[in-house]
Amino acid sequence: MDVDALLLARIQFAFTVAFHIIFPSFTIGLAAFIATLLVRWRMTGEEHLHRLARFWTKIFAVSFAMGVVSGIVLSYQIGTNWSRFSEVVGNVMGPLLGYEVLTAFFLEATFLGIMLFGWNRVTPALHVTAAVLVAIGTSLSAFWILAANSWMHTPQGHEMRGGIAYAVDWWAIIFNPSFPYRFAHMFTAAYLTTSLVVLAVGARYLMQRRYLEEARTMVRMGLGMVAVLAPLQLVIGDLHGLNTAKYQPAKIAAMEAHWDGSKPADLVLFAIPNEKTGRNDYEIKAPIPGLASYVITHDFNGKFKGLNDFSPEDRPPVKPVFFAFRTMVGIGMLMIGIGLVGAVLWMRGQVFAARWYLRPVQHCWPLGFIAILAGWWVTETGRQPWIAHGILRTADAASPLAFWVVATSLALFVAVYTVVFSIGIYYINALIEKGPGGKAAATPSALPSRPLSAAGSAMQPGE
Amino acid sequence: MPDLATVDMYAPAFWLPPLWAFVLGAAVTLYVVLDGFTLGLGILFPLSPEEERRDVMMNSVAPFWDGNGTWLVLGGGGLFVAFPKAYAIIMPALYLPIITMLLALVFRGVAFEFRWVAKPHHRKWDFAFAWGSIVATFMQGVILGGLLQGVAIKGGAFSGGPLDWLTPFPIAVGIILVFGYALLGATWLVMKTEGEIAEAARYQALAALPVVIGGMALVSLWTPYALPRIAERWFTWPNIAYLAPVPVLTALVALVCWRSLQSRRDTLPFVSAISLFLLGLTGLVISNAPYLVPPSMTVWDAAADANSQMFSIIGVAIMLPVVLGYTAFVYWTFRGKVRIGEGYH
Repeated sequence: MDVDALLLARIQFAFTVAFHIIFPSFTIGLAAFIATLLVRWRMTGEEHLHRLARFWTKIFAVSFAMGVVSGIVLSYQIGTNWSRFSEVVGNVMGPLLGYEVLTAFFLEATFLGIMLFGWNRVTPALHVTAAVLVAIGTSLSAFWILAANSWMHTPQGHEMRGGIAYAVDWWAIIFNPSFPYRFAHMFTAAYLTTSLVVLAVGARYLMQRRYLEEARTMVRMGLGMVAVLAPLQLVIGDLHGLNTAKYQPAKIAAMEAHWDGSKPADLVLFAIPNEKTGRNDYEIKAPIPGLASYVITHDFNGKFKGLNDFSPEDRPPVKPVFFAFRTMVGIGMLMIGIGLVGAVLWMRGQVFAARWYLRPVQHCWPLGFIAILAGWWVTETGRQPWIAHGILRTADAASPLAFWVVATSLALFVAVYTVVFSIGIYYINALIEKGPGGKAAATPSALPSRPLSAAGSAMQPGE
Repeated sequence: MPDLATVDMYAPAFWLPPLWAFVLGAAVTLYVVLDGFTLGLGILFPLSPEEERRDVMMNSVAPFWDGNGTWLVLGGGGLFVAFPKAYAIIMPALYLPIITMLLALVFRGVAFEFRWVAKPHHRKWDFAFAWGSIVATFMQGVILGGLLQGVAIKGGAFSGGPLDWLTPFPIAVGIILVFGYALLGATWLVMKTEGEIAEAARYQALAALPVVIGGMALVSLWTPYALPRIAERWFTWPNIAYLAPVPVLTALVALVCWRSLQSRRDTLPFVSAISLFLLGLTGLVISNAPYLVPPSMTVWDAAADANSQMFSIIGVAIMLPVVLGYTAFVYWTFRGKVRIGEGYH
């Protein structure tokens, strides 16, 4: 495959994964949120919790469908575009993805049917169980896909024979060095993302003075999660960083735009890393000397490898990693701020009336998604030039395809995804704008045969 | 292929690849049957322009379609799991049909949810559902036909061109499959609906059935004609005696399907249509075993390391019965006829 076709294949994979990752990272948290609402509703009998669960279930259905269709694409694209990768690491990666399908995909996709359409068809206990099983399925899916992805970053438990990886120790493969950190980091990110969406929707209704009871519950639950998870994520991220420093030092050097490994590193707040000269242009450093060394080694005088310690063909591209990392961390700090301020207002009993706080917060729903995409960009671009660290270079992993073939598929993906998923997000927004509805606002004629219409079945209980 | 005279029959490296091929075959079969009738509903959409009929058609499968589609992930994923070398050849070889199928499935899949949210402006999603289903089905047929006619391999990698599949045979299989899935979809509607919808579906099934039978006959004649290895498999003694029941049964099942449609049975048409598909797939396996990528790569050539196949088959042995169990449970939960304006309450 020529270089240009390789580049197109990389763009295509990045594009299709980036679109896909948005939906599962939302539905992982949302499934748990809905299950929690249903359990609370069963325990307390409070009707607004039921309305909220139904409302978010509609949004879940739309998001899940987009996640499923974009996910099917990925399970094929590893072969269509990365056939050498499939051959070289198939023995190791294949079973992990197989377990994902068998333990997670079927579970979530099948019980989704009961979760969406079983409101009056099965007993309430079974319906709640279905929602919990869907939530478990989404989490198991994250477990396996992150085990597979982590192995590409920190492979172990295998041996190479004739250029092909063979599994030796499955436990070591699954629980490879970066997996616990990556899983905790991504899982927390998914919950944080959903919590911010829930909080933002609650804030939006409070600003509009609609659905006040539901809005307060959403703000309480969303804010509670953000206030706890955002600072926790900082700690997890730091631990993940220490792990990366140990196993993928070139990635860390790129994240910090750290060139000279012979001296302790100051923290670079902003710079334009210059890969030609091997230094940073327009550099702005944090005023505390050795701060980057402290972050990476937990010692102000600690040393870690700089980019100049790696030959150019073994370095990741510096700028994308450096800027994406700053985007992710910046958003993380913003989330901590949102959680902290909200928590203080909440303790004072003012959070539902603090319109100066709710006004910006209602627009903060995209933050988690942007942070996840930025973080994913950091870790995947930071792994370059390797597709599986130390095993196979990205340049050697692609399928033998002609330029025009990949160009055609890429153009189709861009066109279809842009149209379909923009419309999907528009519909989700329309559902949110319409709101949970109450019994009073029920319009049974709107969706006559849509079983999951909260309004419809509230008017026609049972069979 | 291992030499049967010298091979150790008890070595996992010998028996795991055929076992995995069986699992993969089962996954593909379940996909073809389950998503086949779902796609069939989309293929029949243009024949039922009335909104309330379309509502019922979609409601009849709404609780199941996510699970049905997951068998496609097990099919593609399973190929990667168990036979990475075949996966690395088939996917690039049939690149354009596969990508087109996936994009068509994107339209078909999102239409399930978008259609309801978009109402009353849902016409564009009706269109997406219908054409997504038709194109995805056609491409699945092209993929099957392209695989049957053979894939060029050199040094363990695909060595053909990007349009090798663009010949009359795969195109014909694509068209036949559209009628095949339409038959599954129509007989599903006969079983799951009543009144005018079921009545119309009965006639659609009766119209599709002869085309499907003709198509199966065409494939059965063309493949041995064009590919000597298949002719040798079927038409040499004593194979011909052992294998004769397959075409005989197929003819009988087709007759049962026809008669049950005419005699206004509800369930038998769907069951016999599924049986037709099972017999067709059996025939394809007979024609091509032990090749996974005809005409040269066997299941043993393509297999992942025995350690990997063993680790994953343990998961299959534990999880597949569980998956089948709860899938059956969900179908049972939503059993019975779907009526206009009712859906599942």
